[in-house]
Amino acid sequence: MVLLSGTKKVGFTVMIINTIIYYFREAATSLIRNAWLTVASMGTIIISLLILGSSVLLVLNVRQIASDLESSLEITVFMEDGLEQERLDELREEIKFVPGVIVVNFITKEQALENLKESFGDKADLLAGLEDDNPLPNSYTVKTREAKLVPEAARQLEKLEGVEQVRYGQGVVEKLLALTHWVRIWGSLSLLVLGVAAVLLIATTIRMSVFARRREIGIMKMLGATNIFVRMPFMLEGMIIGLTGGLVAVLIINFGYLSLLNKVMLALPFIQLVDDPVSIYRVLGGLLGAGLVIGTLGSTISLRRFLRV
Amino acid sequence: MIQLYNVSKKYPNEVQALNDITLHIKKGEFVFLVGPSGAGKSTLTKLICREELPSRGQAIVNGRSLLRMKNREVPYLRRKMGMVYQDFRLIPNKTVFENVAFAMEITGASRKEIKQAVPAVLRMVGMETKINMLPAQLSGGEQQRTAVARAIVNNPVLILADEPTGNLDPDTSWELMKLFMNINRRGTTILMSTHAWDIVDDMKKRVIKLENGVIVRDEESGVYGHDH
Repeated sequence: MVLLSGTKKVGFTVMIINTIIYYFREAATSLIRNAWLTVASMGTIIISLLILGSSVLLVLNVRQIASDLESSLEITVFMEDGLEQERLDELREEIKFVPGVIVVNFITKEQALENLKESFGDKADLLAGLEDDNPLPNSYTVKTREAKLVPEAARQLEKLEGVEQVRYGQGVVEKLLALTHWVRIWGSLSLLVLGVAAVLLIATTIRMSVFARRREIGIMKMLGATNIFVRMPFMLEGMIIGLTGGLVAVLIINFGYLSLLNKVMLALPFIQLVDDPVSIYRVLGGLLGAGLVIGTLGSTISLRRFLRV
Repeated sequence: MIQLYNVSKKYPNEVQALNDITLHIKKGEFVFLVGPSGAGKSTLTKLICREELPSRGQAIVNGRSLLRMKNREVPYLRRKMGMVYQDFRLIPNKTVFENVAFAMEITGASRKEIKQAVPAVLRMVGMETKINMLPAQLSGGEQQRTAVARAIVNNPVLILADEPTGNLDPDTSWELMKLFMNINRRGTTILMSTHAWDIVDDMKKRVIKLENGVIVRDEESGVYGHDH
């Protein structure tokens, strides 16, 4: 009788390499054999990550636009006519003393008229003759450390001696602040919900794939397979699905976002979208990582209950 | 090979499957386990491969106490056993060759070793001409011979067979029994539960009869009994 060589002593390293080769072969075979499930899981990951990625980019952009708007907010303090130069200089110091104020610029009547002419462009001749009897007041433009300090600073400024009027787009600031606050809270919240939904969807998909092969798992246990041996091909399968899905989502978002950037730059040049490569690649890298984590997490959750001895 | 001392098994649903079983099976024995359905044959088989743990008593298989064995050691115990079931338990989308090779892959065997050993066992069970077929393309007897090949490819010390001829016709059953006898002659211990009284009567091996979880008869060169 031929002596069977199944229990022949083999080197430990050789065993590990054989086993790793087996894991990859098994994962690949399973991906191909269960092509339909593979496509379904990948599709789920792609869609989830597309939603996740677009939401992240949306939040980033709204934040950037909001902070652009906030930082361009300034208070214009109009002076009464006929103030002495001495009083104007005093006022500058008093304005600087108001809490939150960081930048103060003096704009003379003449400058104000120039600015007005500039904004009229080629119709500037409508303003001809105003030089002799300039109706515009001297003013200070004031910036604050943070946008939310604007309303309170404006109230303080109004009380100063020699100030005729204070303008800062009353109401608009408050509304903008409320909007950016809202976007931040609900943006983060919806990202959390979407993230959890993606993990659950993939866990369900992989659970279906494990369930379809539960007899096979039972046979493996009967033949003396260790838990890690049973688990690894499924884990690899999950990781491969997650990474591939992540990669597809990353490519779609990358090209989609780049073409959006180009269109916005042409059509709405005054809106500055997030376009620095570091931020974009951080988002894309995060998506790829999320795909990997979701795939691994999904298969881990699904496998646990099938592997009790 | 197998030593059970006052083993009882009570399932969580209060069913008393085994009651105070003491049993010794020596290396190289061929033992039939008979008795009506629900007598505890399956539970006994499950205890020996440590799918279940005894509620009471001591159980030693291949020199190891099953009660003291850690969960992570169980796979290595099972690699020393070959299991054959009534329903074959082949993996449907693997070929005959792949099904047998799988038992070796689990132990970390190399492709080279697998390519040597698998055709040899398939020749031994008479399946060498069908190595690339899927289980669905085979008859019941052929599927069971493939399962036997898988059970012996790692040179087990013990074969547990749970009604291996239950789904086979009489002629095929006899072919399979010859195969088991050959394996037994090479020194492998075999514990087979069965309802096939004609086979048991003819083979004159040790027969253990279970009824309501108790051993009612244990004879060398025994017979199935008159109550079939």
